[in-house]
Amino acid sequence: MSAHAEPKIVAFCCHYCAFAAADLAGVLRLKYPPNVHIIRLPCTGKLDALYVLKAFEAGADGVIVAGCLEGSCHFISGNIRAKKRVLAIKNLLPKLGIAPERLEFFNLSSAQGDRFAQIAREMVERVRALGSFHPAEEEDSHDRRGSEAHRRDLTDAGAL
Amino acid sequence: MIVADQKPIEEILQMLEPYKRVLLLGCQSCVAVCMAGGEKEVGLLASAVRLARTSQGRPIEITEGVVKRQCDDEFNDLWRETIEQQEAVLSLACGVGVNKLSERFDLPILPALNTKFFGEVERQGIWTEVCAGCGNCILHMTGGICPIARCAKNLLNGPCGGVRADGTCEVSRNGPRPCAWVLIYERLGKLNQRKNMEQLFAAKDWSSDRHGGPRRRIREDMLL
Repeated sequence: MSAHAEPKIVAFCCHYCAFAAADLAGVLRLKYPPNVHIIRLPCTGKLDALYVLKAFEAGADGVIVAGCLEGSCHFISGNIRAKKRVLAIKNLLPKLGIAPERLEFFNLSSAQGDRFAQIAREMVERVRALGSFHPAEEEDSHDRRGSEAHRRDLTDAGAL
Repeated sequence: MIVADQKPIEEILQMLEPYKRVLLLGCQSCVAVCMAGGEKEVGLLASAVRLARTSQGRPIEITEGVVKRQCDDEFNDLWRETIEQQEAVLSLACGVGVNKLSERFDLPILPALNTKFFGEVERQGIWTEVCAGCGNCILHMTGGICPIARCAKNLLNGPCGGVRADGTCEVSRNGPRPCAWVLIYERLGKLNQRKNMEQLFAAKDWSSDRHGGPRRRIREDMLL
């Protein structure tokens, strides 16, 4: 495995809370590492285990799933469902040789721009300590194929 | 539908150990509905296997596909050329699909699923066994509730002493289940057919079940 200079983090954020919080962090000019690549989902309830695995396949070193605070989901229970799915994926990851700490679920409200910046910093530090998970993008055709499939899936999800 | 469960990923990885080029072939019928072997599960398992093998430093080339019904050569033939280029096929169909592919193609066909039972969707995420495929239905007498499948002892003249005061069975697998004969009694009451309970069933003739070996159904009028 070749090492990335900087860890890559993919953050699946729900439109109504986590994405708005990331937006607020930007408006407030809060600093957080540029390693976090945000993908907006209509709700974290849209999250599929495949999105997370494809993110790792495509070269992510860590994945954040961020939804609304519990009880505040715009779609009532999407964040609860996502939390269960993330837990199931965290159980699967070690069997694939991936540290489960590379994936984390967070709850935050749209007013918590500072919390988003803090989460981004925490995850980058955590993943940096774990080291690079993945072979580099140039590793082989699987990576490229995974990446394309990933984009296609996300487009289907209306996320891009 | 036929209900199946995906095998533990460790077991699947072990089966795939000798191979570097495989086809993951799902089925769009029963196992897709029970969320075990449809297109989505093929994608997920393929991704998981690629990640595991890449992290082991032994990448694997995976082709992903699904057929309409893997228990039918007609649909499997659409994948013939792709299948023949593989070292092995990991089938996400029920055991019938694995058998069917094995009869047709001269390469290892590996099962990704454990085939479990004939079941209904109780609610999303829960499937329950309701038919045992014994080959001799008595559902017209039992209000449409099968005691062979739903009674732990396959009793034809229940209930037994193992029914609890709340109507559940003393045999509990994945949580308490209602006694089949309590369900039948209540259902017959609703249908105004409770007199059916007075009829005693004779000892069941199990020859239509699979105890006499694999079963076969032949319709002469449909043979070509």
